[in-house]
Amino acid sequence: MGPLWLLALIAGLSFFGFILGHWKSVVLSGKGRSTLAARPGYYGAYVLIWTAMPALLILVALSIARPLLAEHTVRANLPQQVLDNPTQLSLEISGVEQVAAGLKTATPEELENIRIGVVTARSVFAGHGLPLGEDVRPYQLIAASALNLVSDGLDTAVDIAVVAALAFGLIFAFMRVKPRLRARNLVENTVLALLIAASSVAVLTTIGIVLSLLFQALQFFSMVSPINFYFGTVWDPRFAAAGSTESGQFGFLPLFWGTIYISFFAMLVAVPIGLFSAVYMAEYATSKVRSIAKPLIEVLAGIPTIVYGFFALTTVGPLIRDYVAVPLGLGTSGNNVITAGLVMGIMIIPYVSSLSDDIITAVPRSLRDGSLALGATRSETMRQVIMPAALPGVVGAVLLAMSRAIGETMIVVLAAGVAARASLNPFAEMTTITVKIVNQLTGDLEFTSPQTLVAFALGITLFVITLGLNVLALTIVRKYREQYE
Amino acid sequence: MTEAASRLPVSRLGGPDARTVAKIDLGLSRRYAAERRFRAYGLAAVTIAICFLLVLFGSIVSKGYTAFQQTRVTMMVDFEPSIIAPDGDRSPKAIMSGNAFRFDDLIAASLQKTLEIDPNDEDGLYDALDLLSKGSTPMLRSMIANDPSLIGTKRTVDFYATGDVDAFVKGTIRADVPESQRLIKDKHIVLIDKLKTEGALHLAFNTGLFTNGASTRPETAGVGVALVGSLYMMLVVLVLSLPLGVAGSIYLEEFAPKNRWTDVIEVNINNLAAVPSIVYGLLGLAVFINFAHLPRSASLVGGLVLTLTTLPTIIITTRAALKAVPPSIREAGLGVGASKMQTVFHHVLPLAMPGVLTGTIIGLAHALGETAPLLMIGMKAFIVEYPATPFDPATALPTQIYMWATEPERAFTERTSAAIIVLLAFLLAMNSIAIILRRAFERRW
Repeated sequence: MGPLWLLALIAGLSFFGFILGHWKSVVLSGKGRSTLAARPGYYGAYVLIWTAMPALLILVALSIARPLLAEHTVRANLPQQVLDNPTQLSLEISGVEQVAAGLKTATPEELENIRIGVVTARSVFAGHGLPLGEDVRPYQLIAASALNLVSDGLDTAVDIAVVAALAFGLIFAFMRVKPRLRARNLVENTVLALLIAASSVAVLTTIGIVLSLLFQALQFFSMVSPINFYFGTVWDPRFAAAGSTESGQFGFLPLFWGTIYISFFAMLVAVPIGLFSAVYMAEYATSKVRSIAKPLIEVLAGIPTIVYGFFALTTVGPLIRDYVAVPLGLGTSGNNVITAGLVMGIMIIPYVSSLSDDIITAVPRSLRDGSLALGATRSETMRQVIMPAALPGVVGAVLLAMSRAIGETMIVVLAAGVAARASLNPFAEMTTITVKIVNQLTGDLEFTSPQTLVAFALGITLFVITLGLNVLALTIVRKYREQYE
Repeated sequence: MTEAASRLPVSRLGGPDARTVAKIDLGLSRRYAAERRFRAYGLAAVTIAICFLLVLFGSIVSKGYTAFQQTRVTMMVDFEPSIIAPDGDRSPKAIMSGNAFRFDDLIAASLQKTLEIDPNDEDGLYDALDLLSKGSTPMLRSMIANDPSLIGTKRTVDFYATGDVDAFVKGTIRADVPESQRLIKDKHIVLIDKLKTEGALHLAFNTGLFTNGASTRPETAGVGVALVGSLYMMLVVLVLSLPLGVAGSIYLEEFAPKNRWTDVIEVNINNLAAVPSIVYGLLGLAVFINFAHLPRSASLVGGLVLTLTTLPTIIITTRAALKAVPPSIREAGLGVGASKMQTVFHHVLPLAMPGVLTGTIIGLAHALGETAPLLMIGMKAFIVEYPATPFDPATALPTQIYMWATEPERAFTERTSAAIIVLLAFLLAMNSIAIILRRAFERRW
């Protein structure tokens, strides 16, 4: 049975269990139902939980263990000289998996023919619509049949275990349904446990991000030293053929410079516009203007970044190239820092304005009223009383926007270019950390070459930078809020 | 200002003297000017931001609206049995196999008739064939295979014109450009005009844009397959992130004791909401594909990754919705003897549901437009067939847009803008539903 059938079986039996539990509690309680410790639905839910939970746990555990066991089997059956070549190992393993899939399609006679060597396995598989890139080597056949044996056994084991768990849970819980059973407390405790589990998914995600990035990045750092990576000034990864040991140079600094430079231009656009519109919204706009303009500005944050990227690529880029860069003699490319920065700046205006707006309106009314009562104009109140009070919060908002700009991908992929260089000319093509992550991970993936693994080193660096900015910003904002609460 | 006011020389009558008043008046006009300037800056900032929005929409719509129409060539086709099935076998299998050129002959014959080309004029015929999409042959072939009863009849068939002809008819390629710089040559223009006067060439609503899959030819490329991929992903996201998000928020908001662990979770969720989406893509690549061996490019994996990216948003909005339910509701529930769990699930959650749903829809809208993480897990693929299940290779609407945006051909720019319009229409619809929900069910306590 496939996992979907098992899931359907679990769902069906659990529902059946619910009805059984409900029915038994009603029958046992007699007419008045006053003897039951909980309402009948809770007895039904109790049986349902006991039916479904153990079976689901077993299914999930075995599904996780399955690929690990399969890989272990393949490794155990591969000859030593293959195992000694770690760069080829993942290729070999997927090769064996293909052969195993092919063996499953072959008929018994064909298997016999392959075994005695009358026909090649490759031709048989091709006849079943499974073309292989090269001839099947004998050790692959051995490993593949072992793999099939183990995975068939595992399939049966999973089926038996799940069905046994279902039967046991259903019968056990059904036997325990008695009027004095405190079914509600038991059910509620289970639900609480589920709620706790759901709330820790967020933590698990963080752990997952850190561990997976770190694991792959460490592999990369075992091939390229962190010093060469973080202080290297040349980015030239040289896509080499699979298995080749020649590796290029992975200098992080040009990418970092491109990222910072583009973000700088983005902030140059977003901070003044965002801040002034926040001030206007908070201080001057009538409620009618506010109710129209504020959502309109926030629409800017809801537009997918790919749309901004396309806008930069087809509209802003050519405009800046034809009317600014070429006449000034500074560049000839539509992909440049200014384009990417400008468009990214437009995107993050609402991040600056919304949060600043909240922060400005959170400044206590008394401060504002006091200043106005002394005869200060509204702009003087804003500049000399409210802004100094709101400054930490505004700084927090700007930092958050900055972290958005640094982690932004699609705009720079389409508008910034791919040339990794550190120059001061804002009309030159430059590239960012995120662009290179995308570039290194397109095409055929080889999880053993530094060309691919470098993406994870870049990823964890990006994660640390943005996390640092966020933590700083959130701490500042929180401190600021506490000050006035 | 306070300092200045205290230093004003005061006359015996108790008011400032005339000279000081004049000085204040002078300063006042300067201060009022500054006030007006400051206000103008604010207004300018708001206007600029809104202008950016309008320019963005304007440029996309003006580039893309033409793609909703497409140039078709309608011709009478003679489904000649001796050409289609020379050996008499009319089964779909026989039609789909064998020499594909025999369908070209059908098209050439009807072009010859429609344009009245001399049968000996081979060059003229080839020029005419240039006008039709190279996808016409497979189209005709599968049309016959789907309905073999067509063989032996005569029927009008709508063919796609090539992307260049389409651009010429719509005026994107202009006739007043020198011929050498034009993709449509003069001989083609003559033929196009002839087709127009025959009434064979016309603009029709571009249904292929919504039903076709990826194609190297702009005229037969569509977002249909990508839409299905996106739909599958949204289903996965909805099924996973709504229960997970709601359950997580209920625990954090209603049950969690104030201790270090819940603090950690809180800080975590706030930070996760600001992690760049591409990092989630790397996570998905490393965990779901490299470790768990889930199929690459499958919408299931895309959905899982997008679930993780939207979960923080959903948790944050759900918690806000739960927080907005007044404590009196909980106290009343507990007061009449309900357990904590019953109070939450029977009273608090239903009251918070409009807010939860609004947050979920907005989270889904974000997920729908997310591109970068999908590129990481290989959902940037050339997919022609509709994916049957979420386990099949698929593309999504935003990745389709990305692939088209990087195509050099002009006709693809038009298609890309049209695809963006479709995407924005979906987002607009989702956000409108969210706003309507909020308006309809919002309660002021």
